[in-house]
This record gives sequence, C-alpha cells and structure tokens, in this order.
Amino acid sequence: MFWDWSYVWEIMPALLRASLVTIQATVLGFILAAVLGLVLAIMRMSKTNWISIPTAGFVEFIRSTPVLIQIFFIYFVFPEFGVVLPAMVAGVIALGLHYGSYCSEVYRAGLENIPSGQWEASIALNLSPYITFRDIIIPQAIPPVVPALGNYLVALFKETPLLSAIAVLELMQTAKILGSESFRYVEPITIVGAFFLVMSLVAAALIRRVEAYLNRTLRNPGGAR
Amino acid sequence: MQLRQLAVCAIVFFTAGLAVSSFAGFREFIPGLLQGAWVTIQITVGGSLLAVVMALIGAMAKMYGLGPIRWLAVAYIEIFRGTSALVQLFWLFFVLPHFGVVLDPMTVAIAALGLNVGAYGAEVVRGAVNSVPRGQWEASVALNMPRALALRRIILPQAFVAMIPPWGNLFIELLKATALVSLITISDLTFKAQQMNQITFRTVEIFTIVLVMYLAISIVITVGTRTLETIAARGIARGR
Repeated sequence: MFWDWSYVWEIMPALLRASLVTIQATVLGFILAAVLGLVLAIMRMSKTNWISIPTAGFVEFIRSTPVLIQIFFIYFVFPEFGVVLPAMVAGVIALGLHYGSYCSEVYRAGLENIPSGQWEASIALNLSPYITFRDIIIPQAIPPVVPALGNYLVALFKETPLLSAIAVLELMQTAKILGSESFRYVEPITIVGAFFLVMSLVAAALIRRVEAYLNRTLRNPGGAR
Repeated sequence: MQLRQLAVCAIVFFTAGLAVSSFAGFREFIPGLLQGAWVTIQITVGGSLLAVVMALIGAMAKMYGLGPIRWLAVAYIEIFRGTSALVQLFWLFFVLPHFGVVLDPMTVAIAALGLNVGAYGAEVVRGAVNSVPRGQWEASVALNMPRALALRRIILPQAFVAMIPPWGNLFIELLKATALVSLITISDLTFKAQQMNQITFRTVEIFTIVLVMYLAISIVITVGTRTLETIAARGIARGR
C-alpha cells in the first residue's frame, strides 16, 4: 500500500497550519523584496559612482550566490556581530534580500524605459526630484513591470522550503517531521509538492490576467473605449 | 557591463582578502572546502548536461509531439516548474525508495536538479525555436527538405545562438540550487561549510569564503557562456 488516505486526513490539519507559515514567509519576504528592490534600483542608477558601483557589485554578488548560503549567513553569522535573529526573521530577511536584488533589475528595466523627456518636462515645470519621482516616474515605471514582479513572487514562494534548513516550522519542515515520526514520507512530501504545484499554477494564471488587464489599461489610459 | 564586472571583482578580492587576513588558521579548512567545491562542480556539470538533454527532449515533444507525448511533456514541464526544487529533491530521495527505486544521493541530486532546470530550459528552447523567422521554415519547404531535417540542419543551429544567454542564467541557477543537496547528506560545498562551522566555530570566515567560492564558480560560468556566445554568433548573419 503506497498511499494511505486515513494517514493523509490525519496529517492534513498540521500541514494546513504549516502552509500558513509558508504563506506568511512569502508575503513578508516579498514586501521586503519589493521595497528593497526599488531602493537598490534607484541607488544603482545613481549618477554618483561611489553609490552606483558598490550597489551593482552587491546586487551581482547576491544574485550569483545560493540563497541557502545567504540564509545560513544571516542566521549563523549575524549573531557573531551581536544581532541574534529568530529563524523566521532571518529567513524572511534572506529571501527578501535575494529576491530584492532580482526585483531591482526588473525595476531598473521599468525606470530606464521612461523617456528622458518626462524628466526634462518635470524640470521645466520646476518639480523637485522627489516629487518627480513619486508622482511622474514611478506611476509610469511600475505598472509595466508588475507581471515580471509577479513571476518573482512565485519564485520566492517556491524557495520558502529552504527555510526548513534553519528549522522554521513551514510546510517542508512539518512534512519532514511528520515523515520521521511515522516513517511514511510518501504522503507528506507528495502533499507538499501538490500544494506548491496548485498554488503556483493559480498564481501563474492570476499573473496572466493581471498582464492582460495592464496591457488593456496601459495602451488605453483612463479606460475610455 | 564592464563596470559591473569590475565592481564584482573588487568586492570578491576585498572580501577574500578580509577573510584571509582575519583568519590565521585559514589553511586548516581550505582543503575540506575545496573537496566540497569539487563535489559542487561535479553536480553542476552533471545536472547541466541532463538539463540540456531534458530541455531539448521536452521542448521538441511539447512542440512537435503527438497527443500523449505532448501531454507528457507539458506535464513534465509544469510539474517541475510549478513545485520547488527542494520538494523535488526530497521526493526523489525519500519517496522513490518506497516504490523500490533506491538511488545513491549523488544520482538523486543530479537527477533532481537536471530535471528541474531542464523544465525551465525546455521553455527557453521553445522560445528560441519560435524566434527563428518563419521564412526559414518556408525556404526549407521550398527546398523540399523533410521537417525533421529542416529542424536539425536549419532551425536548431539558428535557435542555438539565441538560447545561449538564457542558458547561461539557467546554469547559474543550477549552481545555486546545488546548495540544496547538502540537505540530502551529500558533502558539497555547503555541507562542508556547515561541518567546518560546527568544528571550528569560525562562522564569519567560513561562510564568507564559501560565498566567494560560489561567486567564483558563477563568474567562470558567465565568462564561459559569453565566450560561447561570441563563438556561436560568428558566421550568423545579423539583421534580416
């Protein structure tokens, strides 16, 4: 007997509770990534070399090293400097940092697509750089890159099982514990896999709808037919 | 582009220098880490080869396969892109033995990562093949070439050039994903780092050096794919 339904119903409540932790980590991590990404993108596009070059180096460094090591780094190395973080916080920071540097490239693409005439017009209208950014540039730069950001949200969601490596009680860790208690790994791990599959298919479908919606509204501002 | 590479190199040398100078017993754990790095490189290479093969098969089956073969390819691509790499790794490691398939961890690692990246690669291959202008197909038909021959001789060589840069990214993704295999007891770079960390407690130095090692490998991959790109682009007409 490979598959035992009664065992499935027995472990379901625990897995559902754990899936809340997974979703929590995803949401918090992505909020951090979205904010940090924008900051990094702006810093990287700075005209001042001593801001833009280290930022570029930082982004490239984060992007080309494994997120698992970054999680370990934040969890194990920060305490050496007196910053002791709970596992969940360390994990969320690591994921946010990793995907923040990915998002920064997405934002940069969005920001670079704004015609320079927009900046020049704002200067001509005597708008301060901050106001220009907040009211002119950002509203034009962000909507086109929302689908790309959505893809990174799904990617981040799929990375959350890594938090099990620092014993955050999310879905994967719970499945492993359940498996080691009963010596039945087939059901818990398969359920976790199915959960991720369903969630990412749903998310992908949502992203396609958002993309279609944005394509309609961006080509047709104001929504006039 | 050059600015970016310069920045990366500067940071690498700075951190490496910092790590070396701050840790006197550096020589003690470097052989262990290098052993781990060698395992990581083996898995990366093995996984990459499997990924390329799976991507080609997956893309061809999805585009030109008949009924069941196409569904199989779509299912493969969606399942491996839709679930996380760690779950796939654990599934192959913990669940397959229940079905009587016992593989050694190294095979599981290469299979899981190769299949995972191969699913992403299949979409890359599909995109690249679709990006070849339709006229190339039409000209092949006009020259009375069978479809398979046209695909092999005309379309794929042109698609190959377009797919090198995304493959470079995927290889780096694969390298980063190899860190996961430490969780199924393979003594790769990450595993060695944790082991050393538990023995020596030189957490800062060990993890910094390990990060730099991963960065070095990924720079090698980047430089390699850039070179391949220049070589492959030779003799391909630009424009249309």
